[in-house]
Amino acid sequence: MHLDYSFLDASVLSSFVLKGLIFSTQLTLVATLAGIALGTVLALMRLSGKTWLVMPAAAYVNTMRSIPLVMVILWFFLLIPLLIGQPMGAELSAVITFTVFEAAYFSEIMRAGIQSVPKGQVNAGYAVGMTYGQTMQLIVLPQAFRNMLPVLMTQTIILFQDTSLVYAIGAYDLLKGFEVAGKNFNRPVEMYLLATAVYFAICFSLSMLVRRLQKKIAIIR
Amino acid sequence: MSTWDWQVFCKDTIEGEIQPGCFGKGGDITYLDWLLSAWGWTLSVSLLALLLALVLGALIGIFRTTPSKTLVAIGNVWTELFRNIPLLVQVVLWYHVLPALIPPLKSLPSFVLVVFALGFFTSARIAEQVRAGIQSLPKGQRYAGLAMGLTLPQTYRYVLLPVAFRVVIPPLTSESMGIIKNSAVAFAVSVSELTMFAMQAQEETSRGIEVYLAVTALYFVSAIVVNRIAIFIEHKVQVPGMAGGH
Repeated sequence: MHLDYSFLDASVLSSFVLKGLIFSTQLTLVATLAGIALGTVLALMRLSGKTWLVMPAAAYVNTMRSIPLVMVILWFFLLIPLLIGQPMGAELSAVITFTVFEAAYFSEIMRAGIQSVPKGQVNAGYAVGMTYGQTMQLIVLPQAFRNMLPVLMTQTIILFQDTSLVYAIGAYDLLKGFEVAGKNFNRPVEMYLLATAVYFAICFSLSMLVRRLQKKIAIIR
Repeated sequence: MSTWDWQVFCKDTIEGEIQPGCFGKGGDITYLDWLLSAWGWTLSVSLLALLLALVLGALIGIFRTTPSKTLVAIGNVWTELFRNIPLLVQVVLWYHVLPALIPPLKSLPSFVLVVFALGFFTSARIAEQVRAGIQSLPKGQRYAGLAMGLTLPQTYRYVLLPVAFRVVIPPLTSESMGIIKNSAVAFAVSVSELTMFAMQAQEETSRGIEVYLAVTALYFVSAIVVNRIAIFIEHKVQVPGMAGGH
């Protein structure tokens, strides 16, 4: 088969693909930031040692981690309109879903990160009269974040890859943008191939970046 | 919210009438029949893909630890390629693009293409685990094997791999559980697995919550079963006193 990209120009890209790229990026950034925030709360709950905090957080994280993301996307798309009593767009539903879903994964990373900080640091915080909150905020979390930054960023790359799954509810993301353009010009094979190259270029350069960062920020103890 | 209606699973998929005994008769199928067959598809796709991924992943992982620059390069390119393209895009690639470029693939059913997509995708992740497993062994083991006059393949076969494979079993357990979750992307190319069933049955019956709950429960059960099997295998192959042993 002969590949024909002659139809492709800047206006095709900006009218079909750009909109999808913007949504995929927004979804990734919002879900990462909100997911890390919510994930940190979940991690602190699990490390608090109080059963009434540990149990719900552990149940939440384990449930989210044993269901395929596509099913979670479908669940939220079905449940949110039932709960709020009005329909919700696929895009907004996707943002909510990814935030809550990724929070479970981020919380596991945060938990490992917090546990990677030596216990003596916590004790030192208490010894100088800090409260639990102060010790966490001023001593443990800054170090934990630094230890975990490469893993957090790798998870963000995975999150970006996973945004393509909003296909299941028809949201307009990067993959959809290529698909619609391919259908319009009757060149689906060319567009899917281009989509693959674009996803690869983005994810590969980001993982290279993470690798360089990893070498740079390692704490030498 | 409306009340539960679990009888939806006893309904005929064509007329929508409730069948006594919940299973269809004489060629008709109920939603329960369909659900179980969808579970079968999910398990088949996952198991075949896992098999493919284990074989390819072990091979590529070994490549990346050999002294040969060519093999290392092949291994690295393979891993980066399949790790940095979203799984759904890879499925689309296998289904829409590759058959157009390589005509013989056209005769393959989408089930097989999904197994390839999922298997290749997971092989890159398994290769990474295998590589890490082999590199976690003390360098002296490799040198000792070579010093005794074993060839490189013999060193791998008799010295390195027996320990390395045992080291990688725990991470492989989570990969095997992941592959069942990842098989859900097969919905995109209309393989009649659990997620596809969930979407279609939800649309046809409007009993989304019951349908989704059943599907979610089956994903749970599958993950737990895989986990138990993996733990069983881990205990079976354990060498006391060695890595992974107690």
